[in-house]
Amino acid sequence: MLSVKNLHVAVEGKEILRGIDLDVRPGEVHAIMGPNGSGKSTLAQLLAGREGYQVTAGSVRYLDMDMLAMPPEERARAGVFLAFQYPVEIPGVSNALFLKTALNSIRKQRGLPELDAMDFLTLVRDKMKLLGMDEKLLQRAVNEGFSGGEKKRNEILQMAVLEPSLAMLDETDSGLDIDALKLVADGVNRMRNAERAIVLVTHYQRLLEFIVPDVVHVLSQGRIVKSGGAELAVELEQYGYGWLENEVQVS
Amino acid sequence: MNAQIESWEKMALERVPQYLAGHGLPWVTRARQSAFERFVAHGFPTRREEEWKYTDVAAIAKRTSLAPDNIPPDPASEAALFAWTLAQESTHLLVFVNGHLSTELSALGELPTGARLESLADLMDSNADLPQALFDQQHEHTVFAALNTALTTDGTVLRLAPGVVLEKPVYLLFVASGHGTAIYPRNIFVLGEGAHATVIEHYFGMLEAHNFTDAVTQISLAAGAGLQHCKLLQEGKDAFHVAGIHAEQAAGSRFASHSFALGGRLARNDITSRLNGAECQCSFDGLYLLDGRQHADHHTRIDHLAPSCTSREHYRGILDGESHGVFSGKVVVHPLAAKTDAHQSNRNLLLSRQAEIDTKPQLEIFADDVKCTHGATVGQLDDDSLFYLRSRGIDAESARSLLIYGFANDIIGRVEAPEMRARIEHLVLDRLPQGDQIKELL
Ligand SMILES: Nc1ncnc2c1ncn2[C@@H]1O[C@H](COP(=O)(O)OP(=O)(O)OP(=O)(O)O)[C@@H](O)[C@H]1O
Ligand SMILES: [Mg+2]
Repeated sequence: MLSVKNLHVAVEGKEILRGIDLDVRPGEVHAIMGPNGSGKSTLAQLLAGREGYQVTAGSVRYLDMDMLAMPPEERARAGVFLAFQYPVEIPGVSNALFLKTALNSIRKQRGLPELDAMDFLTLVRDKMKLLGMDEKLLQRAVNEGFSGGEKKRNEILQMAVLEPSLAMLDETDSGLDIDALKLVADGVNRMRNAERAIVLVTHYQRLLEFIVPDVVHVLSQGRIVKSGGAELAVELEQYGYGWLENEVQVS
Repeated sequence: MNAQIESWEKMALERVPQYLAGHGLPWVTRARQSAFERFVAHGFPTRREEEWKYTDVAAIAKRTSLAPDNIPPDPASEAALFAWTLAQESTHLLVFVNGHLSTELSALGELPTGARLESLADLMDSNADLPQALFDQQHEHTVFAALNTALTTDGTVLRLAPGVVLEKPVYLLFVASGHGTAIYPRNIFVLGEGAHATVIEHYFGMLEAHNFTDAVTQISLAAGAGLQHCKLLQEGKDAFHVAGIHAEQAAGSRFASHSFALGGRLARNDITSRLNGAECQCSFDGLYLLDGRQHADHHTRIDHLAPSCTSREHYRGILDGESHGVFSGKVVVHPLAAKTDAHQSNRNLLLSRQAEIDTKPQLEIFADDVKCTHGATVGQLDDDSLFYLRSRGIDAESARSLLIYGFANDIIGRVEAPEMRARIEHLVLDRLPQGDQIKELL
């Protein structure tokens, strides 16, 4: 589904990703861990289509398309979704209007009819309830004045409504209390199926207890320095990243 | 003094008064003549004057005859006009065509006891109980106000007895349907103690003609009165519009002014309020949405003259094409105005490289123990926000439209009358590339 090969990316002349290889197949859940500043968000944002990065080498294919050539909206319409580490506030635009606009443009691409106001409300209300979200958030401006946890849940709500094929979640667990974490994890687990792939960027093993990944990668200084099964996350929780960095230097 | 004004002066003084309202009343004629002399003595303002530094009005005298027109309203356009007002039954509607009230097009509806809503021309012509003071301007802010006094054709006088509350808004529609027509509306709103009303002033140009509107609105609020005033400027593409809205507030009164400048070639609004009594509330909101070669200038002034008053001012501009916006907002806290709470902001969104904004927030404080803030920003659409929207499948143009709409909506959302709010929202969306799509989803 997603195939990243030898990806090198620089920002303002500074190389941040230094040869990433990553293969994600339908149905898989991958976790990407790694120290602050190692390039996790850069990778996720680049895949979602953010401008301002220079790809100096390598390629990214998604469903056999040259993903790097596609503008962000086309990627989204082709099923790519990123839950932002720092969700953006959009003053003056209600969450409902935002979600409706997004859903309808994606449905249009998929050849589905636009949802009418009633069906949309029913759909969104159901999803909000499952995420323990207050319905009032629909009428408020997107993320404006939302608490940290509300913002993160709002990202998951968008994912649930837009039903992507490749969902990337950038530290969606950070800043959530334990109950909210469970609700979010349930939300993600409900979306798990044989066609959909999920990439979780996280610092915490705790999330991975609820959403058990198929593969765990460790990103350090712009490279994937180790990949393994779910047990790798447990080791990282115990020993930190130091031993891996040493391992890389030795090799 | 330019030759045009001089030759025109003769005409104005000799001929014009004969078809202007109140020409049988000596005091009206005197007031008109002395105002006209003030206008002639000063002439059109030039950019050498501080208050007109960014706005060049020379084209007005060049392109229009300043003489007020006497074109009778054309009832044939009735159907077209109603499309521009709110549902008739939900307002007290007065329609002025080229400066003259059209009784056919107006629908006053039923007014509560103690409420009077009348045509200024009717009052002057019938020499009814029109207090002369109503027609005097305590503060003639610009020379255009003098010109208006000299040549006022008609307007609305709203008077509410103490305690009277108007449930429905008063909707004043001023239509310009001529070519090179000069229009001088004068509106006077006097609210007694504790009276409340909402007034909408809608200026609408039917044609792309060089019409000129010079409007003055005088507002007097007694203690505890409340007025929500919403001005919607939707003049034709080549129209000139200069207006003053001036309020006097007694203790505990509340004045909310909303100004939406969407149309016209050149627009200048001078909006002021004097907070004369303690614990007044005053809010000035404004939005100018400009493109092409449009020019819109808002000069506002709030005078805090008594203690414990609150003023809030939020002005925003969205400028595309080669448009030019001007915001000059002055808040003056006079020595007696302790415990003033004043906040002012002006934010601007520049959508093109050729668009220009001159913003000048000014705070003058002569009292102690006050809380005052002000600020101005000029920026472009935010890349992070655009990316966020696009990452959800929204195409770049729709994303831009959504962000612009959101920026405007923070101001539109402050209008309390729901129908009016929706109407303005739609007018703004009509101007955005993907506005129709947003409209459908609202
Ligand atoms: N636009 C930019 N300009 C300059 N440097 C940048 C930019 N974006 C990212 N970087 C740098 O790239 C590096 C990787 O950042 P990134 O946000 O991808 O890290 P991360 O792994 O997500 O970290 P964290 O765990 O703290 O979220 C950092 O050193 C960061 O400062
Ligand atoms: Mg990050």
